[in-house]
Amino acid sequence: MSILGAVKLRSRRRRAHLRAFLKRHQLKSVADRTRGIAANAILLLCTLRNERVRLPFFLRYYRDLGVEHFLFVDNDSDDGSREFLADQPDVSIWTTSASYKASRFGVDWLTWLQRRYCHQHWCLTVDVDEFLVYPFCETRPLRALTDWLDSSAIRSFSAMMLDMYPKGSMQSRPYHEGQNPFEIAQWFDSGNYTIHRNGGLGNLWIQGGPRSRVFFPDQPAMAPALNKIPLVHWHRSYAYVSSTHMLLPRGLNLVYDEWGGEKASGCLLHAKFLDTFASKAAEEMQRGQHYGASVEYRSYQEKLAKQPDLWCKFSEKYINWRQLEILGLMSKGNWA
Amino acid sequence: MSVGFVMLCHTALDRAAEVARHWAERDCPVVIHVDRRVERPAYDGLMAALADLGNVRFSGRYACEWGTWGIVAATQEAATLMLREFAEVRHVYLASGSCLPLRPVEELRRYLDSRPRTDFIESVTTSDVGWTVGGLNLERFTLRFPFSWRKRRRIFDWYVRFQRRIGFCRKVPAGLVPHLGSQWWCLTRQTLSAILESPDRAETDRYFRRVWIPDESYFQTMVRLYSTNVESRSLTLSKFDYQGKPHIFYDDHLQLLRRSDCFVARKIWPQADKLYDTFLHNAGGGQPAAEPNPGKIDRLFSKAVERRIKGRAGLYMQSRFPNENWENGRTAAPYSVLEGFSEVFENFEVWLGKVAGTRAHGHLFAPDRVEFAGNETVFSGALSDSAALRDYAPKNFLSNLIWNTRGERQCFQFGPNDRQDCSWFMACDPNAQISVISGAWAIPLFHSNQNFSDIRREAARLQKIEADHIGILRSHYAKARIRIWTLAEFVENPMEPLQSIVDEISPRSARRLTEAPRLADLKGFGQFLQNLRNQGMQPVLMGDFPTGEDPTPATTRRRRPYLVK
Repeated sequence: MSILGAVKLRSRRRRAHLRAFLKRHQLKSVADRTRGIAANAILLLCTLRNERVRLPFFLRYYRDLGVEHFLFVDNDSDDGSREFLADQPDVSIWTTSASYKASRFGVDWLTWLQRRYCHQHWCLTVDVDEFLVYPFCETRPLRALTDWLDSSAIRSFSAMMLDMYPKGSMQSRPYHEGQNPFEIAQWFDSGNYTIHRNGGLGNLWIQGGPRSRVFFPDQPAMAPALNKIPLVHWHRSYAYVSSTHMLLPRGLNLVYDEWGGEKASGCLLHAKFLDTFASKAAEEMQRGQHYGASVEYRSYQEKLAKQPDLWCKFSEKYINWRQLEILGLMSKGNWA
Repeated sequence: MSVGFVMLCHTALDRAAEVARHWAERDCPVVIHVDRRVERPAYDGLMAALADLGNVRFSGRYACEWGTWGIVAATQEAATLMLREFAEVRHVYLASGSCLPLRPVEELRRYLDSRPRTDFIESVTTSDVGWTVGGLNLERFTLRFPFSWRKRRRIFDWYVRFQRRIGFCRKVPAGLVPHLGSQWWCLTRQTLSAILESPDRAETDRYFRRVWIPDESYFQTMVRLYSTNVESRSLTLSKFDYQGKPHIFYDDHLQLLRRSDCFVARKIWPQADKLYDTFLHNAGGGQPAAEPNPGKIDRLFSKAVERRIKGRAGLYMQSRFPNENWENGRTAAPYSVLEGFSEVFENFEVWLGKVAGTRAHGHLFAPDRVEFAGNETVFSGALSDSAALRDYAPKNFLSNLIWNTRGERQCFQFGPNDRQDCSWFMACDPNAQISVISGAWAIPLFHSNQNFSDIRREAARLQKIEADHIGILRSHYAKARIRIWTLAEFVENPMEPLQSIVDEISPRSARRLTEAPRLADLKGFGQFLQNLRNQGMQPVLMGDFPTGEDPTPATTRRRRPYLVK
């Protein structure tokens, strides 16, 4: 990389931090328990809007994995999400009614929180419908993973998004509060993913899965990206560039091996396709606050009118992480 | 007689205390060395936790940076203390704070009692070790290493290269033969005291102070001078990965560790509660006194290292995206690419599927849609038949298909009418078996009902594409198994090539082909080619088709030729 390129990337990172700094006043603290964060604690960051029904299971799932403190940004919920979270003992929450889009889809807000509270912590950035699965996650807590990453001098951990869907119409089995969403959305696509390398930042650009297959068969380039790097040993100078797809400095994006080997990686099980999806899609269309002029949501809406079945006879039913490992969706790397 | 433990600790002191207590309560003296970089309160806490035990001592503290002399100095001092304070100790066992005893101390004691003169220490001459990281074997002893490898890797490497260039070479003291081996040993009082009280010790220490990673070489080398009976293996189960850091054991390794019959394992994750509970507090016992047998664990870890270094052939995913030619196999399994066959024969795919017992795809790279076998709209791994999706990442499409159907051989048709993006990819893939009947694309044209000028134009286009494709197949980069026949050659004797293709696809069915697929009607084809020539085009890929005279395939002459033995 040329010196000029390096300077450009650095200024891009600086700009991200400046934006975050300027937007910090948009965040109003609702419950700030950050004083209680222990040195070394594993933190989780999340932006949400009207996700009350999902929250109990979400919190339980990540508490069980060993997340010690949650940092939420609530984007103007009116369904009680904010009040619910404010009552949790291990949650700090900020609220804002500012534009999600203008905050680069929440990245600016999170960058500010990361800069303030996450320095030198392992920090997991996910959405409310994303559930991290990593090698040995049934028997080893998240701390085992981060300890191992530390000892291997690895700073970032990749987890590709895996879209989960039910068999039959999404409406047929409603989701109940506290329920494991993967009792309903049990299925996934095992081997139709495409990978491109993103030259500038060095990350991989992964697309595919049911969203490409059903919603974007004719314009594959428009299909949403599935590559994510949600788990990072944070330093205050780091910044996510676009959602959690890629980071700066770009060394953090090198979560893949280029010489034939496999690095350790996980999956983010994505419980988007539940009965809540249709109303969510309608609401997001109306707000127009999503990526690429909400192309994604427009396409969903068109197709959703026909009650599509994402399931096909080659769909795989989810069992556990070992299954994903065997299918080649994630890898143990040299962790044994 | 007893065994005493020297423990080198630097983190997870509470676990170290637990293990020390376990040993001390079972009448094994323990000497603990705590890294000087550990802060005072933590150290005091450890002392307080073990204060009630009479046979635990703390030795003088050294800073133990990895790869430096500090670790050896700490070991020396702790061992000296052990020998001085506990006269009944016959074997001294060097362990770390993250070690865990897997078998009752009683069994270890019995084991050592029956081998009272044996020193257990891995000690290998420098020319025979294959495991050193960074390629430094003998040079560990002959170069100087003033810079930290961990913190100043660049200047470390530069200085090594510099010394090599100017031919710098330290002299190994007379009488010493450099040996390397695992840091964790168990030595007898005799040997250990001989090393520690050696008259040359000051000099050897001065030498080793500048050796690279002396904890893996100091005792390993010295023991060769003084021991009468070296058993070159470590009693501690400790595995290193390719970066030279130890593998870590977790709760889910419990059964594996149990069955290994090793005495002590390293390194245990400090929060592996189940392991610590099981091995420290539940008296195991009852097992026969077996020899340590770490084979299973070895295999587990070497597989993990292989996964990290070589990965799975043909897999492209979020954490494995090899640069071109570094794939260790572009695709996961062998597959067959058949070019021209579906044009020469009628219903070829159906016939092939029947004969070879597999699903044969149509033209996977057809421009309008993916022709999966059986006209499926989705295929294994939920691959879509959308041409746009396929053409967005054609190589991914092919490698995905082969990966998704591991265990089931894939065959598909290919031709100049298809998207050619994967030509190079397939030609350079040793898994591909490409059989080409060149010029076969002319048969559908010959049968088509188009204006001749259109046919001529189309023929020229297809010939150009196929000529390019064959050029790729013939290039010296090609690694696939490639066979090319001209159309004329092929129709003269189609059975033999077909037989070899079917044999390749299903090698286990040793049946001879009894039934050939039906050849397309070629009456007047020679004249058709001549017409093309007359229009100024030069059809070359078909080979020599005599004008007027129609080819007569061998099969029609001889019935069931392959049944005759």
